Amino acid sequence: MASAANKPIPGTHIFDGAAAQKGYALNAMCYSFNSAANRDAFVRDEAAYIDKFQLTPEQRAAVAARNVLQMIAAGGNVYFLAKLAGILGLNVQDLGAQQTGMSVDAFKQMLLDQAKTPAAREAIRG
Amino acid sequence: MAKVIGGVFTSHVPAIGGAIQRGAQNEPYWKPFFDAWPPVREWLDVQQPDVVIMFYNDHGLNFFLDKMPTFAVGAAPVYRNEDEGWGLHPFPIPPGHTDLSWAIIEKLVEEEFDITTCQDMAVDHAASIPLALAWPGREAPVRIVPITINTVQHPLPSAKRCLALGRAVGKALAEWQGPEKIMVMGTGGLSHQLDGERAGFMNAEYDKFCMDNLSSDPDALTRHSVHEMVELSGTQGVEVLNWIAARGALGATARELTRTYHIPISNTAAAVMVLETEAAVQSGKASSEAIPAMA
Repeated sequence: MASAANKPIPGTHIFDGAAAQKGYALNAMCYSFNSAANRDAFVRDEAAYIDKFQLTPEQRAAVAARNVLQMIAAGGNVYFLAKLAGILGLNVQDLGAQQTGMSVDAFKQMLLDQAKTPAAREAIRG
Repeated sequence: MAKVIGGVFTSHVPAIGGAIQRGAQNEPYWKPFFDAWPPVREWLDVQQPDVVIMFYNDHGLNFFLDKMPTFAVGAAPVYRNEDEGWGLHPFPIPPGHTDLSWAIIEKLVEEEFDITTCQDMAVDHAASIPLALAWPGREAPVRIVPITINTVQHPLPSAKRCLALGRAVGKALAEWQGPEKIMVMGTGGLSHQLDGERAGFMNAEYDKFCMDNLSSDPDALTRHSVHEMVELSGTQGVEVLNWIAARGALGATARELTRTYHIPISNTAAAVMVLETEAAVQSGKASSEAIPAMA
């Protein structure tokens, strides 16, 4: 939990101590994916690999569903989840699209469109 | 006597590394970002730095959540860039400068920063991509001192604390008796958010506030709490803490030389800036004045 003084930010999940504790097993599995051999082992036998890292039932369900928001709710940190996403062939636009409920094309367009706001034009001018 | 000549501040989005490795720098999507770099490289050619103090955050290469230092200083003779899991090939990393590392460590502890020291350290894309941008296609002709700031697991250090850390590093550099020309790099940001229903969030207005104040009034960047910075710049936009610390190491005055801001690179509002100090201006003048004399 964020400290009591901090108002929640809509659509934003602070990776704090509670999340880090809750997500430890899932993030540990994702951290192991820095190794190509471990990525191969996951692809070969996902269930066995997940057993090895003792994921919680919530984390198992989130991974099985390939659902990023569920993984975050289960304590996943996006920097570590990105390593799992890499195995699944998903980039950060794919993740963004999934989390916002947009198509990937619409999400990419939303990113591009942010260059067209008055504030962006001013910042680009310098 | 060592000189701190200035700093290069840049986004470190992994996709930039992918674009470098594919040779995509001139594609329309990438060109506006890569066009920021020829002036930076010209400045580096003139200044010829010997050492880079690299302020960045690790993204789960060297540090896992089992041990997560708020501030860590590398003190290794060599550093490795390694597989981070999503397909980027490792870039060459220049050697360390262990004597300077320990001088910085001594000063930081004297200044009451309770840091972690690392004699064995992998440095991730947040260090390797900025070096590859500054010195493309080769190992950077410098030695490095990597300094990591935790921007992953909250509570994160405040902007005020990061600026103070940088200023303490600056004291160590000012006292360093070696002949090296030293530059800093601050990497990451600017605004972006990868996770949550607000994924894709950017904030050009806040980014401009950061860029406008970085050289002249870095203390302005410390007025927001980390929570406010997350709200303003996104969950990963807080990487601007690395910029703030690097700016601190430049000392009281620094002049903005170049600035490029571009939306988007991947999910990120990307920026590149060069700030230089009095020492750089003088050494730059000295070398340009020397040319007619030599001719």
